[in-house]
Amino acid sequence: MNLAAQLPVLPIITPLIAAPLTILMPSEKFGGRAPYVWATLVAWAAFAACAALLHAVATAGPISYHLGDWAPPIGIEYRIDLANALVLTLVSGVAALVMPFSFRSVRAEIDPRQTSLFYAALMICMAGLLGVTITGDAFNVFVFLEISSLSTYALVAMGGRTDRRALTASFNYLVMGTIGATFFVIGLGLLYQATGTLNMADVKHQLAGDNNRMVEAGFAFIVVGMGLKAAMFPMHLWMPNAYAYAPSVVSAFIAATATKVAVYVIIRFIYSVIGIEFGFIEAAFNYLLMPMAIAGMFFASIVAIFQDDVKRMLAYSSVGQIGYMLLGVSFGTEQGLTASLVHLINHGMMKGALFMAAACVMLRVGSHSISAYAGLARRMPATAAAFILSGLSLIGAPLTVGFISKWQLLAAAFDSGRAWAGFLVVASSFLAVIYVGRVIELMLLRPPAPDAAGVKEAPLSMIIPLLVLTGANVYFGLNTELTVDLAERAAHALMGSAR
Amino acid sequence: MSIEHLILRVVIKIMFAPILLFALYVQFHGDYGPGGGFQAGVIFAVAFILHALIMGLEETKRVLPVGVLKVMMVVGFLFYAGTGVATMLLGGNLLGYDAIDPQSTHHAGQHWGILLVEFGVGMAVSSTMLMIFYQFAGREQEIRDEDW
Repeated sequence: MNLAAQLPVLPIITPLIAAPLTILMPSEKFGGRAPYVWATLVAWAAFAACAALLHAVATAGPISYHLGDWAPPIGIEYRIDLANALVLTLVSGVAALVMPFSFRSVRAEIDPRQTSLFYAALMICMAGLLGVTITGDAFNVFVFLEISSLSTYALVAMGGRTDRRALTASFNYLVMGTIGATFFVIGLGLLYQATGTLNMADVKHQLAGDNNRMVEAGFAFIVVGMGLKAAMFPMHLWMPNAYAYAPSVVSAFIAATATKVAVYVIIRFIYSVIGIEFGFIEAAFNYLLMPMAIAGMFFASIVAIFQDDVKRMLAYSSVGQIGYMLLGVSFGTEQGLTASLVHLINHGMMKGALFMAAACVMLRVGSHSISAYAGLARRMPATAAAFILSGLSLIGAPLTVGFISKWQLLAAAFDSGRAWAGFLVVASSFLAVIYVGRVIELMLLRPPAPDAAGVKEAPLSMIIPLLVLTGANVYFGLNTELTVDLAERAAHALMGSAR
Repeated sequence: MSIEHLILRVVIKIMFAPILLFALYVQFHGDYGPGGGFQAGVIFAVAFILHALIMGLEETKRVLPVGVLKVMMVVGFLFYAGTGVATMLLGGNLLGYDAIDPQSTHHAGQHWGILLVEFGVGMAVSSTMLMIFYQFAGREQEIRDEDW
């Protein structure tokens, strides 16, 4: 086997084969360690493969891998360029941190008989998300999307052991997610009808700027379907409950990856499948994406301020942050696209860290309500520090990745002659100051609740991954070589492919 | 033991083997005609579902326990994925069946590859179908009030 030639398929096939094997592992023997260690190793292997892919793509250009040795457009093609290599690295990187993090949290929250099923579902979810990102075949996106979504529904429902509301949240997510997937596949059907092909590059080639109603309708269906999956503003209602009542580990993983992947798919379809020379794309930017993005930025952030549950608050904040990503896309400029991609990566890092901190609090205090955070800085200093740093990153404080995102977004807004959009970004950031500040104030200044006397710091197995991810928030805030430079090149390539 | 539904029981006993045989026909003739692993898997599972409907779930679980189904699900999937990995190890891409028999002038590798993959699909589908049926039919207890 030529390992270098087979590299593109390894991030998908490794978790996909590992997941069913996990089902056969003993759930209760060894305290559930067997599936945990196995999942961790698999996530690291997938991350190594993705990092190697990113390196290969950054140095040598896009890679095309033909499944079954069938050449595209007939066969399924995995096509990796900088844009999806970055997202792949994000997804597998978050998985590589969440898996080692998960052990204590899973033991506390998941039925011990289900441990191996839980890890199997988590790995299938990871394989699905990586598959959505890596593929160059439009229908294959749908297949992997369903793989990741179905496993996510099951994972969210597993939170039902600690909180029964997880069951309705999961059912709600299932209904909404299925509607989203249906819309997406209807859109694909229309594009297929118009072009007779499903390979992304070939769809683009066949369309060749040939405008008609069918393409317009197809695009609309795809944006609505993917908007649902990405929790784009008016279609976000499934998300707060799903994130709040899912097991803590699952919240940390999907909050950092699932919606990001959906935003990536929207970007990919706009630029590499449809192409921005169509008049209706500009209309969609100006009259759909931009107003929805701005509405989401403000509405969701304001709702987040009034939440009594930290995980719900973070979920609403995610809706607002998705708004920033879509705002960047809606400028229709290379810089806007760069800002959007940078924020996509950065937001994955900050939300991952915040939800991991929430998982630590859940383990030690046993609640994710905001009152559980009172006086936490004295009881759980490392967790509190990580929460504060990632929270500052969410606000966009200098020296963190959040600042880089906001800076890029502001620069893009001003450069495209939309200074007012820049001001709105800053204004909505102040809302983030309020909702993050509320929790920080509780942690630092309030006395702890009397019943929280015995609360101590989370175990090292959770603290280390949490601090690594928080460290990444600071490191990539100082050293932007990997994120911003690569995102710039990715945006340039996407723009180039769109014309 | 009183024998209820005697006619149904006898009919099921007569039908059981032909249904399995038909499933295998659909499975292996799928290369040349309509059919294939998915359809065959469903038909295969149907034989056992009929058995469970008439003889009772407990009887069927004695014939085909949940533990065996779990292993079948995994092994079926691994047949599929394993074929893909095998072609990778033989120097092709994932699921590039030609790597199985590269010397062949008429792509014999394609034939072997799809046969193995479809066998895996059939196994995984039949066991998954039965597992779903077991789970729905075998809910042991009502949800207790305090669990809500």
